[in-house]
Amino acid sequence: MRILIVEDDAEAASFLTKGLKEAGHVADRAPDGLEGYAMARDGAYDVLIVDRMLPKMDGLTMIGALREQGLQTPVLILSALGQVDDRVKGLRAGGDDYLAKPYAFSELLARAEVLARRNHKGANGEATTLRVGSLELDRLAHTLTRDGKEIVLQPREYRLLEYLMQHAGQVVTRTMLLENVWDYHFDPQTNVIDVHISRLRAKIDKDFDTPMLHTVRGAGYMIRDSAR
Amino acid sequence: MTALGKLFRTTVFKLSIIYLLVFAISSGLVMGWMAWSIRRLIDEQITAAIDAEIKGLAEQYAQGGIRRLVFVVEARTRRPGASLYLVTNFQGLPIAGNVTELPAGTLEREGLIETAYQRPDSQVPDRIALARIFQLPGGFRLMVGRDVEDRETLSRIMSRALIISLLWLIAIGTFGGLFVARRVLRRVDAMNDATQTIMQGNINGRLPVTGTNDEMDRLAVSLNLMLERIGELMAGLKQVSDNIAHDLRTPLNRLRGRAEEALRSASSRDDYRTALEHVIEESDQLIRIFNALLLIARAEAGSATEAMAEFDISCIARDVGELYEPAAEEAGLRLECDADAPLTVLGNRELLGQAIANLVDNAIKYGAPLPLLAGADRDAKSRAREIVTVATRRNGAHAEIIVADHGPGIAEADRSRVIDRFVRLEGSRTRAGSGLGLSLAAAVARLHGGELRLEDNAPGLRVVFALPARAESEATRQVRDGRPATGSADENPRAETKAADTSAR
Repeated sequence: MRILIVEDDAEAASFLTKGLKEAGHVADRAPDGLEGYAMARDGAYDVLIVDRMLPKMDGLTMIGALREQGLQTPVLILSALGQVDDRVKGLRAGGDDYLAKPYAFSELLARAEVLARRNHKGANGEATTLRVGSLELDRLAHTLTRDGKEIVLQPREYRLLEYLMQHAGQVVTRTMLLENVWDYHFDPQTNVIDVHISRLRAKIDKDFDTPMLHTVRGAGYMIRDSAR
Repeated sequence: MTALGKLFRTTVFKLSIIYLLVFAISSGLVMGWMAWSIRRLIDEQITAAIDAEIKGLAEQYAQGGIRRLVFVVEARTRRPGASLYLVTNFQGLPIAGNVTELPAGTLEREGLIETAYQRPDSQVPDRIALARIFQLPGGFRLMVGRDVEDRETLSRIMSRALIISLLWLIAIGTFGGLFVARRVLRRVDAMNDATQTIMQGNINGRLPVTGTNDEMDRLAVSLNLMLERIGELMAGLKQVSDNIAHDLRTPLNRLRGRAEEALRSASSRDDYRTALEHVIEESDQLIRIFNALLLIARAEAGSATEAMAEFDISCIARDVGELYEPAAEEAGLRLECDADAPLTVLGNRELLGQAIANLVDNAIKYGAPLPLLAGADRDAKSRAREIVTVATRRNGAHAEIIVADHGPGIAEADRSRVIDRFVRLEGSRTRAGSGLGLSLAAAVARLHGGELRLEDNAPGLRVVFALPARAESEATRQVRDGRPATGSADENPRAETKAADTSAR
């Protein structure tokens, strides 16, 4: 996918560009807000990664101007201001996700990919049945079956699996799970999410031959149909 | 001159001058009014006397004509302390009386007049009289008057008294003002000197206190207390920066060490990879410490108050409990949550969530019970102790979140200390953690106007996180009492219901 990085720090931008290219994406860079605005408006990008503090036009203003123009491209805001209030301000200004510096590249990549995909098939999130391989989640009846066998889930396990299945084939990080499944943005200190995942994994993978719920080293988790 | 100028500029001196002016004007008014009243009284008496005499003389004239009048007037003028009389004929020439040299036209005036006159024994018209002219039939005129020299003298005495007393007033007032101003100025100067030395870095300096317990003393005592507090804060800040230096240096040192070691002795790609992974781990830990410190600083500065909203703290307690429940199980503990009654507080949801998460995290890390040595019901006992409870309750005006474990607990002497930043008790230093968890929770509690209390759970530790609660609504009470909410006009529980929905999803 095509990604635009609006970042004034050349070194940070080059890390990002390189990393994104290695992950198989096309990445361009704009060094300031005005150029970022022009490129984003004309460039048909899938995701914009925008630093908050930019020369010439600050990041939030740029996003606001793009949204006024009717541009719906998802925006991931990067900022050295990581506090809750700043996050709220960023999202209110038209951002879709917010990542505080310093961040792990894997985190950024996972979030950018999720954002891009969400825009492409927006209907997926609303589907009444989610299917990944032999896993089938009925979102109306709140039931899960694998190979036709019903698996009973706790409410939170259901939410966890639902989120993973909505992003099947994509890496989902621990913080993304904490934010989207639990709606908290704090640092849980210990690996609480891992324990929830291993419980879920015990339910959906234990009695079957092929694992569906994978751990992506150094990044997070992914649910994927390994048969294919 | 500058010293005098300083005196003149003092508030005390300016106030004295203002009071002086007010006093001078008011006393001048009082004395002036008195003088005027006395003068009027004298005038009234004189007028009455003149009128009586004119009446008498007019009767004499009516009975005996001009001759009799002249006779009576002549007789009266010879008496000591006589009034002033003048009788003139139709040409205006004096026939009888003891007044000469009236200013021209005086006799044509009517009513009560004030005029200068000359006594027969004097050379100049230097006296002033109050008189009345009475027209007699036949063109004669009768003037009866009284000398008012006494009245004038009285006026002069009074105005002189007024001027002299005003002069004294101004002199005494000015000097008194200067004296008081100098006294005050001397004390203010002493305070200024002390302040100067304190500003130059001697934070242990204090303002002079005279012991008279007057307003200056009270001010000095308050300022000294403030200095005391500033000194404490500075000492605290120094302590904190020392701690930060220590606790950030340690992981930084490890980070550097690992990188250096990898450069020196790594021989394969895998070695490098492992070393780099460790480096990232260490830097993540550093970032975590930084974030926690920033969060504490923010909570302590009170700058997170803008994101305050009303919500149900029980809901957060349940969320956190649910989040940590599997982790507790992994640690061999059972996490029990007793937070069903809605409990509305005003606060920052993220910060409160983080604070409660820290408390639960601590309870799971350090709440494992000590192994019991012996006893028949050992298993049952130790199982009962493998419980960490998260509970919420209303305690008067406070909402309390209680996180309790049955671990080794914290000795009473250490309880206030562990809340300080980076304090990690012996035995916990080896485990992962920043030593900031309780400090953050305490800072968040303070930000919300509450407090963090550490209590004995006999055995174990019970942490009470108390916040000011919002008023209990009717529906909330009903839910708490086990009766269903009637869904009445009460709007308050709506937010709570919504929050509960979110958690149930």
